[in-house]
Amino acid sequence: MKKVRKPDVAIVGAGPAGLAAALSAKEAGLRDVMLIERDIELGGILPQCIHDGFGSIIFKETLTGPDYAQRYINRVGKTNIDVKLNTLVLDLKPNKTMTAVNSTDGIFDVEPKSVILAMGSRERTRHQILIPGFRPAGVITAGAAQRYINIEGLMPGKEFVILGSGDIGLIMARRVTLEGGHVTGVFEVAGEPGGLTRNVVQCLHDYDIPLHLSHTVTFIHGRKRVQGVNVARVDENMKPLKETEKFIECDTLMLSVGLIPENELSKKAGIELDPVTGGPIVDERMETSVDGIFACGNVVSIYDLVDYVSRSAEAAGVGAFEYVNGKKRSGRAIKVVPGNNVKFTVPQVVRSLERPVSLYFRVEEPRLKVVASVSVNGEEVARKKERKVRPPEMVKIDLKPERLSAAGEEMKEIQLEVAPSEK
Amino acid sequence: MKNKHQYVCINCPLSCSLELLEEKGEVAEVQGAECKIGKKYAEEEFKNPRRMVTTTVLIEGGELPLLPVRSKSSIPKALVGEAVKALADVVVKAPVKSGDIIYPNIVDTGVDIVASRDLPKASS
Repeated sequence: MKKVRKPDVAIVGAGPAGLAAALSAKEAGLRDVMLIERDIELGGILPQCIHDGFGSIIFKETLTGPDYAQRYINRVGKTNIDVKLNTLVLDLKPNKTMTAVNSTDGIFDVEPKSVILAMGSRERTRHQILIPGFRPAGVITAGAAQRYINIEGLMPGKEFVILGSGDIGLIMARRVTLEGGHVTGVFEVAGEPGGLTRNVVQCLHDYDIPLHLSHTVTFIHGRKRVQGVNVARVDENMKPLKETEKFIECDTLMLSVGLIPENELSKKAGIELDPVTGGPIVDERMETSVDGIFACGNVVSIYDLVDYVSRSAEAAGVGAFEYVNGKKRSGRAIKVVPGNNVKFTVPQVVRSLERPVSLYFRVEEPRLKVVASVSVNGEEVARKKERKVRPPEMVKIDLKPERLSAAGEEMKEIQLEVAPSEK
Repeated sequence: MKNKHQYVCINCPLSCSLELLEEKGEVAEVQGAECKIGKKYAEEEFKNPRRMVTTTVLIEGGELPLLPVRSKSSIPKALVGEAVKALADVVVKAPVKSGDIIYPNIVDTGVDIVASRDLPKASS
Protein backbone atom coordinates (compact mmCIF):
# COMPACT_ATOMS: atom_id res chain seq x y z
CA MET A 1 0.00 0.00 0.00
CA LYS A 2 1.40 3.35 -1.05
CA LYS A 3 1.72 6.11 1.52
CA VAL A 4 -1.11 8.64 1.24
CA ARG A 5 0.17 12.08 0.17
CA LYS A 6 -0.73 14.86 2.62
CA PRO A 7 0.26 18.12 0.90
CA ASP A 8 -0.32 21.54 2.43
CA VAL A 9 -2.64 22.31 -0.44
CA ALA A 10 -4.04 20.35 -3.37
CA ILE A 11 -5.26 22.41 -6.32
CA VAL A 12 -7.77 20.88 -8.71
CA GLY A 13 -7.21 22.16 -12.25
CA ALA A 14 -4.17 23.86 -13.81
CA GLY A 15 -5.73 26.47 -16.05
CA PRO A 16 -5.12 30.15 -15.36
CA ALA A 17 -6.78 29.87 -11.93
CA GLY A 18 -4.94 26.76 -10.77
CA LEU A 19 -1.55 27.99 -12.02
CA ALA A 20 -1.85 31.35 -10.26
CA ALA A 21 -3.23 29.73 -7.10
CA ALA A 22 -0.34 27.25 -6.93
CA LEU A 23 2.25 30.00 -7.36
CA SER A 24 0.54 32.27 -4.88
CA ALA A 25 0.33 29.49 -2.24
CA LYS A 26 3.98 28.64 -2.84
CA GLU A 27 5.15 32.24 -2.67
CA ALA A 28 3.08 32.87 0.46
CA GLY A 29 5.09 30.11 2.12
CA LEU A 30 3.37 26.74 1.73
CA ARG A 31 6.05 24.08 1.26
CA ASP A 32 4.15 21.18 -0.25
CA VAL A 33 1.89 22.33 -3.10
CA MET A 34 0.20 19.74 -5.32
CA LEU A 35 -1.29 20.80 -8.66
CA ILE A 36 -3.61 18.28 -10.32
CA GLU A 37 -4.56 18.55 -14.00
CA ARG A 38 -6.53 16.10 -16.14
CA ASP A 39 -5.07 17.27 -19.48
CA ILE A 40 -1.67 16.29 -20.92
CA GLU A 41 -0.25 19.77 -20.26
CA LEU A 42 -0.68 22.84 -18.08
CA GLY A 43 -2.67 25.89 -19.10
CA GLY A 44 -6.28 24.73 -19.23
CA ILE A 45 -8.19 26.36 -22.04
CA LEU A 46 -5.55 29.09 -22.70
CA PRO A 47 -3.44 27.10 -25.20
CA GLN A 48 -6.39 27.03 -27.64
CA CYS A 49 -7.16 30.76 -27.20
CA ILE A 50 -4.53 31.79 -29.74
CA HIS A 51 -5.93 35.31 -30.19
CA ASP A 52 -4.45 38.27 -28.34
CA GLY A 53 -5.96 40.47 -25.66
CA PHE A 54 -4.91 38.64 -22.50
CA GLY A 55 -2.92 40.17 -19.68
CA SER A 56 -3.58 43.87 -20.19
CA ILE A 57 -4.12 44.37 -16.46
CA ILE A 58 -1.50 42.08 -14.93
CA PHE A 59 1.29 42.40 -17.50
CA LYS A 60 0.33 45.80 -18.98
CA GLU A 61 0.69 44.35 -22.46
CA THR A 62 -1.51 42.32 -24.71
CA LEU A 63 -0.63 38.63 -24.91
CA THR A 64 -2.12 35.61 -26.64
CA GLY A 65 -3.66 32.86 -24.51
CA PRO A 66 -0.68 30.52 -24.98
CA ASP A 67 1.71 33.39 -24.10
CA TYR A 68 -0.24 34.18 -20.95
CA ALA A 69 -0.19 30.53 -19.86
CA GLN A 70 3.50 30.21 -20.74
CA ARG A 71 4.46 32.96 -18.30
CA TYR A 72 2.83 31.07 -15.43
CA ILE A 73 4.06 27.66 -16.62
CA ASN A 74 7.64 28.97 -16.70
CA ARG A 75 7.28 30.23 -13.13
CA VAL A 76 5.81 26.91 -11.95
CA GLY A 77 8.78 25.14 -13.60
CA LYS A 78 11.18 27.08 -11.36
CA THR A 79 9.48 25.81 -8.18
CA ASN A 80 9.13 22.38 -6.59
CA ILE A 81 5.33 22.41 -7.04
CA ASP A 82 4.25 18.78 -7.47
CA VAL A 83 2.50 18.78 -10.86
CA LYS A 84 0.30 15.79 -11.61
CA LEU A 85 -0.77 15.72 -15.26
CA ASN A 86 -3.23 13.28 -16.85
CA THR A 87 -4.84 12.99 -13.44
CA LEU A 88 -8.54 13.28 -12.76
CA VAL A 89 -10.00 14.02 -9.34
CA LEU A 90 -13.02 11.75 -8.88
CA ASP A 91 -14.22 12.66 -5.42
CA LEU A 92 -13.85 15.29 -2.73
CA LYS A 93 -15.20 14.89 0.79
CA PRO A 94 -16.09 17.69 3.22
CA ASN A 95 -13.05 16.65 5.32
CA LYS A 96 -10.96 17.48 2.20
CA THR A 97 -9.96 13.90 1.41
CA MET A 98 -9.87 13.47 -2.34
CA THR A 99 -9.74 10.48 -4.64
CA ALA A 100 -7.95 10.78 -7.95
CA VAL A 101 -6.96 8.50 -10.81
CA ASN A 102 -4.26 8.31 -13.46
CA SER A 103 -2.65 5.58 -15.54
CA THR A 104 0.55 5.23 -13.49
CA ASP A 105 -0.70 5.45 -9.89
CA GLY A 106 -4.15 3.95 -10.47
CA ILE A 107 -6.81 5.16 -8.06
CA PHE A 108 -5.34 6.93 -5.06
CA ASP A 109 -6.34 9.12 -2.13
CA VAL A 110 -4.85 12.50 -1.21
CA GLU A 111 -5.36 14.03 2.23
CA PRO A 112 -4.45 17.68 1.76
CA LYS A 113 -4.50 20.21 4.60
CA SER A 114 -6.34 22.61 2.30
CA VAL A 115 -7.93 22.48 -1.15
CA ILE A 116 -8.26 25.05 -3.93
CA LEU A 117 -10.93 24.33 -6.53
CA ALA A 118 -9.98 25.65 -9.98
CA MET A 119 -11.95 23.43 -12.34
CA GLY A 120 -13.16 26.24 -14.57
CA SER A 121 -16.34 25.91 -16.58
CA ARG A 122 -18.11 24.00 -19.34
CA GLU A 123 -19.96 25.24 -22.37
CA ARG A 124 -23.71 25.23 -22.62
CA THR A 125 -24.79 22.88 -25.38
CA ARG A 126 -27.77 22.56 -27.65
CA HIS A 127 -29.52 20.50 -24.99
CA GLN A 128 -29.42 23.27 -22.41
CA ILE A 129 -31.15 25.71 -24.74
CA LEU A 130 -33.54 23.18 -26.30
CA ILE A 131 -33.31 23.88 -30.04
CA PRO A 132 -35.91 21.78 -31.88
CA GLY A 133 -35.04 19.74 -34.93
CA PHE A 134 -33.00 16.73 -35.95
CA ARG A 135 -29.76 15.59 -34.35
CA PRO A 136 -27.25 15.63 -37.21
CA ALA A 137 -23.48 16.03 -37.12
CA GLY A 138 -22.38 19.65 -37.44
CA VAL A 139 -23.81 21.15 -34.27
CA ILE A 140 -20.79 22.21 -32.25
CA THR A 141 -19.97 24.51 -29.36
CA ALA A 142 -17.60 27.39 -30.08
CA GLY A 143 -14.98 26.14 -27.61
CA ALA A 144 -14.99 22.69 -29.19
CA ALA A 145 -14.61 24.26 -32.65
CA GLN A 146 -11.74 26.32 -31.25
CA ARG A 147 -10.01 23.17 -30.05
CA TYR A 148 -10.48 21.44 -33.41
CA ILE A 149 -9.11 24.37 -35.38
CA ASN A 150 -6.34 25.67 -33.11
CA ILE A 151 -5.04 22.50 -31.44
CA GLU A 152 -5.95 19.56 -33.66
CA GLY A 153 -5.77 21.33 -37.02
CA LEU A 154 -9.21 20.15 -38.17
CA MET A 155 -11.87 22.29 -39.80
CA PRO A 156 -15.31 21.39 -38.43
CA GLY A 157 -17.33 22.81 -41.36
CA LYS A 158 -17.48 25.18 -44.32
CA GLU A 159 -20.70 27.21 -44.08
CA PHE A 160 -21.35 28.39 -40.54
CA VAL A 161 -24.25 29.92 -38.69
CA ILE A 162 -23.34 31.05 -35.18
CA LEU A 163 -25.93 31.21 -32.44
CA GLY A 164 -25.02 33.42 -29.51
CA SER A 165 -22.63 36.34 -29.44
CA GLY A 166 -20.50 35.34 -26.46
CA ASP A 167 -16.81 36.16 -26.75
CA ILE A 168 -15.75 32.70 -27.90
CA GLY A 169 -18.37 32.78 -30.66
CA LEU A 170 -17.18 36.18 -31.88
CA ILE A 171 -13.53 35.11 -31.78
CA MET A 172 -14.41 31.93 -33.67
CA ALA A 173 -16.38 33.84 -36.34
CA ARG A 174 -13.12 35.59 -37.23
CA ARG A 175 -11.02 32.47 -36.87
CA VAL A 176 -13.25 30.40 -39.14
CA THR A 177 -13.21 33.19 -41.74
CA LEU A 178 -9.40 33.41 -41.67
CA GLU A 179 -9.20 29.62 -42.08
CA GLY A 180 -11.29 29.73 -45.24
CA GLY A 181 -14.76 29.05 -43.86
CA HIS A 182 -17.75 31.31 -44.31
CA VAL A 183 -19.97 32.71 -41.57
CA THR A 184 -23.43 33.70 -42.81
CA GLY A 185 -24.25 35.51 -39.62
CA VAL A 186 -24.22 35.61 -35.85
CA PHE A 187 -27.67 35.40 -34.23
CA GLU A 188 -28.21 36.69 -30.70
CA VAL A 189 -31.48 36.24 -28.83
CA ALA A 190 -30.86 39.25 -26.59
CA GLY A 191 -31.08 42.85 -27.77
CA GLU A 192 -27.39 43.40 -26.91
CA PRO A 193 -24.25 41.50 -27.92
CA GLY A 194 -23.19 38.88 -25.36
CA GLY A 195 -19.48 39.48 -25.74
CA LEU A 196 -17.08 42.38 -25.24
CA THR A 197 -17.57 45.36 -27.55
CA ARG A 198 -13.97 45.10 -28.74
CA ASN A 199 -14.70 41.63 -30.07
CA VAL A 200 -17.79 42.77 -31.96
CA VAL A 201 -15.58 45.38 -33.63
CA GLN A 202 -12.47 43.37 -34.46
CA CYS A 203 -14.12 40.00 -35.15
CA LEU A 204 -17.39 40.90 -36.87
CA HIS A 205 -17.13 44.47 -38.25
CA ASP A 206 -13.60 43.89 -39.59
CA TYR A 207 -14.83 40.88 -41.58
CA ASP A 208 -18.28 42.17 -42.56
CA ILE A 209 -20.02 39.40 -40.62
CA PRO A 210 -23.59 40.47 -39.82
CA LEU A 211 -24.83 40.39 -36.22
CA HIS A 212 -28.59 39.83 -35.90
CA LEU A 213 -29.75 40.91 -32.46
CA SER A 214 -33.10 39.68 -31.07
CA HIS A 215 -32.92 36.60 -33.30
CA THR A 216 -32.64 32.91 -32.55
CA VAL A 217 -32.40 29.53 -34.24
CA THR A 218 -35.78 27.78 -34.21
CA PHE A 219 -35.04 24.52 -36.03
CA ILE A 220 -32.08 22.39 -37.14
CA HIS A 221 -32.46 20.64 -40.52
CA GLY A 222 -30.59 17.58 -41.76
CA ARG A 223 -30.65 13.88 -40.88
CA LYS A 224 -26.94 13.03 -41.10
CA ARG A 225 -25.26 16.38 -41.46
CA VAL A 226 -26.70 19.84 -40.77
CA GLN A 227 -28.30 21.13 -43.97
CA GLY A 228 -29.52 24.41 -42.63
CA VAL A 229 -31.31 26.14 -39.79
CA ASN A 230 -34.44 28.20 -39.37
CA VAL A 231 -33.93 31.57 -37.73
CA ALA A 232 -36.55 34.00 -36.50
CA ARG A 233 -36.83 37.35 -34.80
CA VAL A 234 -37.95 37.18 -31.17
CA ASP A 235 -40.37 39.44 -29.31
CA GLU A 236 -39.61 41.28 -26.06
CA ASN A 237 -40.20 38.05 -24.11
CA MET A 238 -37.65 36.30 -26.35
CA LYS A 239 -40.39 34.22 -27.99
CA PRO A 240 -39.77 33.57 -31.70
CA LEU A 241 -42.14 35.34 -34.09
CA LYS A 242 -43.34 32.61 -36.45
CA GLU A 243 -44.03 34.98 -39.34
CA THR A 244 -40.37 36.13 -39.38
CA GLU A 245 -38.97 32.60 -39.62
CA LYS A 246 -36.67 31.87 -42.57
CA PHE A 247 -34.35 29.09 -43.73
CA ILE A 248 -30.58 29.54 -43.96
CA GLU A 249 -28.45 26.94 -45.65
CA CYS A 250 -25.33 25.87 -43.71
CA ASP A 251 -23.41 22.72 -42.79
CA THR A 252 -22.46 23.78 -39.28
CA LEU A 253 -24.28 25.45 -36.42
CA MET A 254 -21.82 26.84 -33.89
CA LEU A 255 -23.13 27.61 -30.41
CA SER A 256 -21.75 30.31 -28.16
CA VAL A 257 -24.49 30.38 -25.59
CA GLY A 258 -22.70 30.68 -22.30
CA LEU A 259 -20.54 28.87 -19.81
CA ILE A 260 -21.49 26.98 -16.67
CA PRO A 261 -19.11 26.75 -13.70
CA GLU A 262 -18.09 23.10 -13.31
CA ASN A 263 -19.01 22.24 -9.74
CA GLU A 264 -19.54 18.47 -9.57
CA LEU A 265 -16.74 18.16 -7.01
CA SER A 266 -17.96 21.17 -5.04
CA LYS A 267 -21.36 19.50 -4.69
CA LYS A 268 -19.77 16.26 -3.51
CA ALA A 269 -17.90 18.22 -0.84
CA GLY A 270 -21.17 19.77 0.35
CA ILE A 271 -20.16 23.31 -0.62
CA GLU A 272 -22.93 25.90 -0.71
CA LEU A 273 -23.47 27.27 -4.23
CA ASP A 274 -24.82 30.65 -5.30
CA PRO A 275 -27.86 30.09 -7.56
CA VAL A 276 -27.05 33.23 -9.58
CA THR A 277 -23.36 32.55 -10.37
CA GLY A 278 -23.67 28.75 -10.30
CA GLY A 279 -20.44 28.61 -8.27
CA PRO A 280 -19.49 28.40 -4.59
CA ILE A 281 -20.31 31.28 -2.26
CA VAL A 282 -16.92 32.66 -1.26
CA ASP A 283 -15.52 35.26 1.11
CA GLU A 284 -12.75 37.76 0.41
CA ARG A 285 -10.02 35.13 0.71
CA MET A 286 -12.02 32.91 -1.68
CA GLU A 287 -12.87 30.39 1.05
CA THR A 288 -16.10 28.45 0.40
CA SER A 289 -18.73 27.45 2.96
CA VAL A 290 -16.52 24.45 3.89
CA ASP A 291 -13.52 25.40 6.07
CA GLY A 292 -10.21 25.00 4.25
CA ILE A 293 -11.71 24.55 0.78
CA PHE A 294 -11.10 27.54 -1.45
CA ALA A 295 -12.25 28.26 -5.00
CA CYS A 296 -11.12 30.66 -7.72
CA GLY A 297 -11.61 31.54 -11.36
CA ASN A 298 -14.50 30.41 -13.52
CA VAL A 299 -15.56 27.68 -11.11
CA VAL A 300 -16.74 30.55 -8.88
CA SER A 301 -18.27 32.77 -11.53
CA ILE A 302 -17.66 33.34 -15.23
CA TYR A 303 -15.04 36.08 -15.48
CA ASP A 304 -14.58 37.88 -18.78
CA LEU A 305 -10.93 38.74 -18.11
CA VAL A 306 -8.29 36.13 -17.40
CA ASP A 307 -6.42 38.77 -15.41
CA TYR A 308 -9.27 38.82 -12.88
CA VAL A 309 -9.21 35.01 -12.76
CA SER A 310 -5.53 35.14 -11.84
CA ARG A 311 -6.21 37.79 -9.20
CA SER A 312 -8.95 35.69 -7.60
CA ALA A 313 -6.54 32.74 -7.60
CA GLU A 314 -3.83 34.77 -5.87
CA ALA A 315 -6.29 35.55 -3.08
CA ALA A 316 -7.16 31.84 -2.78
CA GLY A 317 -3.47 30.88 -2.61
CA VAL A 318 -2.82 33.32 0.22
CA GLY A 319 -6.04 32.15 1.89
CA ALA A 320 -4.86 28.53 1.82
CA PHE A 321 -1.51 29.58 3.32
CA GLU A 322 -3.26 31.40 6.15
CA TYR A 323 -5.61 28.50 6.79
CA VAL A 324 -2.83 25.93 6.97
CA ASN A 325 -0.91 28.22 9.32
CA GLY A 326 -3.76 28.42 11.77
CA LYS A 327 -5.36 31.69 10.74
CA LYS A 328 -8.96 30.56 10.81
CA ARG A 329 -11.55 32.94 9.51
CA SER A 330 -13.87 34.87 11.77
CA GLY A 331 -17.28 33.37 12.33
CA ARG A 332 -18.99 36.56 11.31
CA ALA A 333 -19.93 36.71 7.64
CA ILE A 334 -21.13 40.07 6.37
CA LYS A 335 -23.27 39.61 3.30
CA VAL A 336 -22.71 41.75 0.22
CA VAL A 337 -26.21 42.57 -0.98
CA PRO A 338 -26.66 43.27 -4.71
CA GLY A 339 -28.84 46.38 -4.96
CA ASN A 340 -30.11 48.44 -7.90
CA ASN A 341 -28.79 47.13 -11.27
CA VAL A 342 -26.37 44.63 -9.69
CA LYS A 343 -26.83 40.99 -10.70
CA PHE A 344 -24.32 39.42 -8.32
CA THR A 345 -21.04 40.06 -6.59
CA VAL A 346 -17.94 37.97 -5.94
CA PRO A 347 -17.11 37.58 -3.12
CA GLN A 348 -20.64 37.22 -1.79
CA VAL A 349 -19.56 37.64 1.84
CA VAL A 350 -16.83 39.58 3.63
CA ARG A 351 -15.37 38.37 6.92
CA SER A 352 -12.15 40.25 7.55
CA LEU A 353 -12.20 44.03 7.74
CA GLU A 354 -8.40 44.14 7.90
CA ARG A 355 -7.49 43.76 4.26
CA PRO A 356 -8.40 45.38 0.96
CA VAL A 357 -11.29 43.65 -0.78
CA SER A 358 -11.98 43.77 -4.52
CA LEU A 359 -15.65 43.30 -5.31
CA TYR A 360 -16.33 42.00 -8.81
CA PHE A 361 -19.86 42.35 -10.14
CA ARG A 362 -22.07 42.37 -13.18
CA VAL A 363 -24.89 44.77 -13.92
CA GLU A 364 -28.34 43.64 -15.01
CA GLU A 365 -28.94 46.39 -17.58
CA PRO A 366 -26.57 48.36 -19.81
CA ARG A 367 -26.25 52.00 -18.74
CA LEU A 368 -24.14 55.05 -19.60
CA LYS A 369 -22.46 57.32 -17.03
CA VAL A 370 -23.10 55.61 -13.74
CA VAL A 371 -21.65 55.47 -10.25
CA ALA A 372 -21.13 52.19 -8.43
CA SER A 373 -21.52 52.84 -4.75
CA VAL A 374 -20.79 50.58 -1.77
CA SER A 375 -22.41 51.50 1.50
CA VAL A 376 -22.63 50.20 5.04
CA ASN A 377 -25.45 51.32 7.33
CA GLY A 378 -26.40 53.97 4.80
CA GLU A 379 -22.91 55.43 4.69
CA GLU A 380 -20.85 55.28 1.50
CA VAL A 381 -17.50 53.47 1.89
CA ALA A 382 -16.46 53.19 -1.75
CA ARG A 383 -17.44 54.78 -5.02
CA LYS A 384 -16.43 54.31 -8.64
CA LYS A 385 -17.53 56.16 -11.75
CA GLU A 386 -18.02 54.20 -14.94
CA ARG A 387 -18.59 55.71 -18.40
CA LYS A 388 -20.41 52.63 -19.58
CA VAL A 389 -21.60 49.42 -17.94
CA ARG A 390 -22.84 46.33 -19.79
CA PRO A 391 -23.85 42.91 -18.46
CA PRO A 392 -21.05 41.09 -20.35
CA GLU A 393 -18.37 43.36 -18.92
CA MET A 394 -17.51 42.73 -15.30
CA VAL A 395 -16.88 45.70 -13.05
CA LYS A 396 -14.41 45.79 -10.17
CA ILE A 397 -14.59 48.09 -7.18
CA ASP A 398 -12.00 48.19 -4.40
CA LEU A 399 -12.88 48.53 -0.72
CA LYS A 400 -10.29 50.03 1.59
CA PRO A 401 -9.97 48.32 4.99
CA GLU A 402 -9.86 51.62 6.89
CA ARG A 403 -13.16 52.72 5.38
CA LEU A 404 -14.74 49.36 6.20
CA SER A 405 -13.55 49.13 9.80
CA ALA A 406 -14.52 52.78 10.36
CA ALA A 407 -18.06 51.72 9.53
CA GLY A 408 -17.87 49.86 12.79
CA GLU A 409 -18.78 46.67 14.49
CA GLU A 410 -22.49 47.20 13.95
CA MET A 411 -22.11 46.22 10.30
CA LYS A 412 -24.77 43.76 9.24
CA GLU A 413 -24.50 43.94 5.50
CA ILE A 414 -22.64 45.69 2.71
CA GLN A 415 -24.77 47.17 -0.04
CA LEU A 416 -23.72 47.72 -3.62
CA GLU A 417 -25.76 49.61 -6.14
CA VAL A 418 -25.28 51.19 -9.56
CA ALA A 419 -27.07 54.46 -10.18
CA PRO A 420 -26.90 57.28 -12.74
CA SER A 421 -24.14 59.74 -11.86
CA GLU A 422 -25.45 63.17 -10.93
CA LYS A 423 -24.55 66.01 -13.20
CA MET B 1 -15.27 72.93 -38.34
CA LYS B 2 -14.38 69.70 -36.53
CA ASN B 3 -15.70 66.31 -37.62
CA LYS B 4 -16.41 63.59 -35.09
CA HIS B 5 -15.36 59.96 -35.61
CA GLN B 6 -16.42 57.21 -33.20
CA TYR B 7 -14.25 54.17 -32.46
CA VAL B 8 -14.22 51.37 -29.93
CA CYS B 9 -10.74 50.60 -28.68
CA ILE B 10 -9.83 46.94 -29.22
CA ASN B 11 -6.56 46.83 -27.32
CA CYS B 12 -7.98 45.47 -24.11
CA PRO B 13 -11.33 44.23 -22.88
CA LEU B 14 -12.25 47.59 -21.34
CA SER B 15 -13.43 48.46 -24.88
CA CYS B 16 -13.21 52.24 -24.37
CA SER B 17 -15.59 54.26 -26.55
CA LEU B 18 -13.40 56.81 -28.30
CA GLU B 19 -14.32 60.01 -30.03
CA LEU B 20 -11.83 61.52 -32.42
CA LEU B 21 -12.21 65.12 -33.49
CA GLU B 22 -10.76 65.82 -36.91
CA GLU B 23 -10.05 69.13 -38.54
CA LYS B 24 -9.09 69.24 -42.24
CA GLY B 25 -7.85 65.65 -42.22
CA GLU B 26 -5.73 66.17 -39.11
CA VAL B 27 -6.41 64.74 -35.66
CA ALA B 28 -7.40 67.55 -33.32
CA GLU B 29 -8.35 65.63 -30.20
CA VAL B 30 -9.19 62.14 -28.86
CA GLN B 31 -11.63 61.75 -26.01
CA GLY B 32 -12.74 58.79 -23.94
CA ALA B 33 -9.51 56.80 -23.78
CA GLU B 34 -8.59 55.37 -20.38
CA CYS B 35 -4.95 55.09 -21.39
CA LYS B 36 -2.39 56.28 -23.95
CA ILE B 37 -2.84 53.15 -26.05
CA GLY B 38 -6.46 54.11 -26.70
CA LYS B 39 -5.52 57.58 -27.89
CA LYS B 40 -2.94 56.14 -30.25
CA TYR B 41 -5.44 53.53 -31.45
CA ALA B 42 -8.02 56.16 -32.42
CA GLU B 43 -5.38 58.10 -34.35
CA GLU B 44 -4.33 54.94 -36.18
CA GLU B 45 -7.90 53.89 -36.91
CA PHE B 46 -8.41 57.27 -38.50
CA LYS B 47 -5.19 57.30 -40.56
CA ASN B 48 -4.11 53.69 -41.09
CA PRO B 49 -5.91 50.93 -39.15
CA ARG B 50 -3.67 48.12 -37.93
CA ARG B 51 -4.33 44.70 -36.39
CA MET B 52 -2.39 41.96 -34.69
CA VAL B 53 -2.14 38.66 -36.56
CA THR B 54 -2.70 35.44 -34.64
CA THR B 55 -2.91 32.03 -36.31
CA THR B 56 -1.26 28.63 -36.24
CA VAL B 57 1.42 26.91 -38.33
CA LEU B 58 2.13 23.20 -38.72
CA ILE B 59 4.86 21.78 -36.51
CA GLU B 60 6.65 18.48 -37.09
CA GLY B 61 7.66 16.23 -34.22
CA GLY B 62 5.98 18.33 -31.57
CA GLU B 63 3.79 17.32 -28.66
CA LEU B 64 0.90 18.85 -30.60
CA PRO B 65 0.35 19.16 -34.38
CA LEU B 66 0.02 22.98 -34.43
CA LEU B 67 2.07 25.88 -33.10
CA PRO B 68 0.23 29.12 -32.29
CA VAL B 69 1.99 32.20 -33.66
CA ARG B 70 1.47 35.95 -33.48
CA SER B 71 2.82 39.08 -35.11
CA LYS B 72 5.36 40.88 -32.97
CA SER B 73 3.38 44.07 -33.43
CA SER B 74 0.36 45.06 -35.47
CA ILE B 75 0.34 45.17 -39.28
CA PRO B 76 -1.93 47.14 -41.65
CA LYS B 77 -5.45 45.74 -41.31
CA ALA B 78 -5.82 45.20 -45.06
CA LEU B 79 -2.85 42.79 -45.05
CA VAL B 80 -4.05 40.43 -42.30
CA GLY B 81 -5.73 38.00 -44.71
CA GLU B 82 -2.64 37.83 -46.91
CA ALA B 83 -0.42 37.25 -43.86
CA VAL B 84 -2.56 34.35 -42.62
CA LYS B 85 -2.48 32.83 -46.13
CA ALA B 86 1.30 33.04 -46.28
CA LEU B 87 1.53 31.30 -42.90
CA ALA B 88 -0.75 28.48 -44.01
CA ASP B 89 2.16 26.94 -45.96
CA VAL B 90 4.71 27.18 -43.16
CA VAL B 91 5.95 24.00 -41.46
CA VAL B 92 8.41 24.24 -38.55
CA LYS B 93 10.24 21.58 -36.56
CA ALA B 94 9.94 20.99 -32.83
CA PRO B 95 11.23 22.06 -30.37
CA VAL B 96 10.25 25.72 -30.46
CA LYS B 97 10.51 28.37 -27.75
CA SER B 98 8.05 31.19 -27.20
CA GLY B 99 9.30 34.25 -29.08
CA ASP B 100 11.29 32.30 -31.70
CA ILE B 101 10.95 33.97 -35.11
CA ILE B 102 8.82 31.75 -37.32
CA TYR B 103 8.47 34.04 -40.36
CA PRO B 104 10.46 37.26 -40.69
CA ASN B 105 9.03 40.35 -42.33
CA ILE B 106 5.55 39.00 -43.05
CA VAL B 107 4.12 40.29 -46.37
CA ASP B 108 6.84 42.99 -46.40
CA THR B 109 5.44 44.81 -43.40
CA GLY B 110 8.75 44.69 -41.53
CA VAL B 111 6.96 42.77 -38.76
CA ASP B 112 8.13 39.32 -37.67
CA ILE B 113 5.84 36.42 -36.83
CA VAL B 114 6.91 34.69 -33.62
CA ALA B 115 5.95 31.57 -31.67
CA SER B 116 3.30 32.14 -29.02
CA ARG B 117 4.40 29.31 -26.70
CA ASP B 118 7.06 26.68 -26.07
CA LEU B 119 6.38 23.46 -27.92
CA PRO B 120 8.69 20.62 -26.92
CA LYS B 121 9.42 17.51 -28.97
CA ALA B 122 6.95 14.67 -28.60
CA SER B 123 8.20 12.54 -25.72
CA SER B 124 7.65 9.11 -27.29
